[in-house]
Amino acid sequence: MWLKDSSIGRKFIMSITGLFLVLFLLFHGSMNICLVIDDLFGTAGYNWICEMLGANWYAIIGTLVLALGVVVHFCYAFYLTIQNRRARGNDRYAIEARQEGVDWASKNMLVLGIIVIGFLCLHFYNMWWKMQFAELTGIHTSMFDPADGSAIVKALFTDGWCGIIYCLLYIVWLVALWFHLSHGIWSALHTLGWSNLIWLKRIKVIGTIFATLTVGLFMVVDVYFLGVNICSMIG
Amino acid sequence: MDNYINIKVRVWRQAGPKAQGHFETYELNHIFQGASFLEMIDILNEQLIAEHKDPIAFDHDCREGICGMCSMYVNGHPHGPDSAITTCQLHMRKFHDGETITVEPWRSRAFPVIKDLMVDRQAYDKIMQAGGFVSVNTGGVPDANAIAIPKPVADEAMDAASCIGCGACAAACKNGSAMLFVAAKVSQLALLPQGKIEAATRAKNMLAKMDELGFGNCTNTGACAAECPKSVSLANIARLNREYLCAKFKD
Repeated sequence: MWLKDSSIGRKFIMSITGLFLVLFLLFHGSMNICLVIDDLFGTAGYNWICEMLGANWYAIIGTLVLALGVVVHFCYAFYLTIQNRRARGNDRYAIEARQEGVDWASKNMLVLGIIVIGFLCLHFYNMWWKMQFAELTGIHTSMFDPADGSAIVKALFTDGWCGIIYCLLYIVWLVALWFHLSHGIWSALHTLGWSNLIWLKRIKVIGTIFATLTVGLFMVVDVYFLGVNICSMIG
Repeated sequence: MDNYINIKVRVWRQAGPKAQGHFETYELNHIFQGASFLEMIDILNEQLIAEHKDPIAFDHDCREGICGMCSMYVNGHPHGPDSAITTCQLHMRKFHDGETITVEPWRSRAFPVIKDLMVDRQAYDKIMQAGGFVSVNTGGVPDANAIAIPKPVADEAMDAASCIGCGACAAACKNGSAMLFVAAKVSQLALLPQGKIEAATRAKNMLAKMDELGFGNCTNTGACAAECPKSVSLANIARLNREYLCAKFKD
């Protein structure tokens, strides 16, 4: 199978799963913005989305497809890295200078990916466990109603010092994610062949914009609750 | 102004393909900065011969930047710290008095060391043999302008064809990938009408050979293009991806 046995095939899988995950992140980020809007204007958009997704069969299928995307992206990342290290050989260079125009992120995608996955586990425990999992199984994993996602988020991020620590942890996560995406998006498009002398510069800009937009959506929510939390602690 | 400098050269010495290699440092005095890097190595070798030591084995041929033979990893860069040049075009004025210069061979599993700074780059020849050509029946010579090719296309094909197959791309790549080389060799033909006929099979065969020979997977870091002595563009890699993916989906 060429998707496994050829280098471009393997990279094709990385690109497709990566871009798919970026689309999910965009959706997730847009959804999160509702939290801020809800808090400012007293609406209930976030919970409406939570309820709509909840434990519906399409949400479950969606989650499973998403999980498959993450697993494939993750497995291929290790597969590629092992192969690439072997291709490099056992003898390393004594001096390795950095080249101009080569992003730091591009050489550390695996490390950044592992950081992202690590925080993802924390995130699952913080959110998914208390929302979709609780709703699916009917087990009470927290003191909140699993459909009241907004309360779960607020409780986590505005819980005094604990909330501040969580906000800061999530910021670290988002920064790692930004670096990962700043290389990942354009690299994926490049691997799919959507690049030439002119578009090479353009897709790099598109990649940076998308990375900033995606991470920005999450960051706004994080920073907003950090601010709310600090204000309530002071006053 | 070019002056005379005293330097230390830290060179990788390895007696043979299977031998354990190590660094050795040599002191070299009164080197003119107008000398090329390879001339400096020549002077060092003469000094070693005078001391009845084994001279450093290194690849070199044309010494004007067109053959792709010289292959030294100087201070962490293939072909040294200057850009868009081969090692033979590197001058000693890029180094200062008292500097220790570290010289290593290309390090990549597909480029095993033969001796000291010489590596076996036959892998690139094998990739070329897998499809880096146009099969033609050489009948009568066609009229020079019978097939019109737009200037931008011709330029891009020529830029890709400027690849001299030195191996700096695979040597610089953290993944040991030869994608820039394969991409340049696929592009120089895929862009032109004569090469388009076999474009799909060429891309498939050359890539399959590259994978088979143990080169790594490209992750678009761009180190190859940054270090390429001929400034071959990363955009060629996208073309190779495109050619390959299209060919595979057609199958």
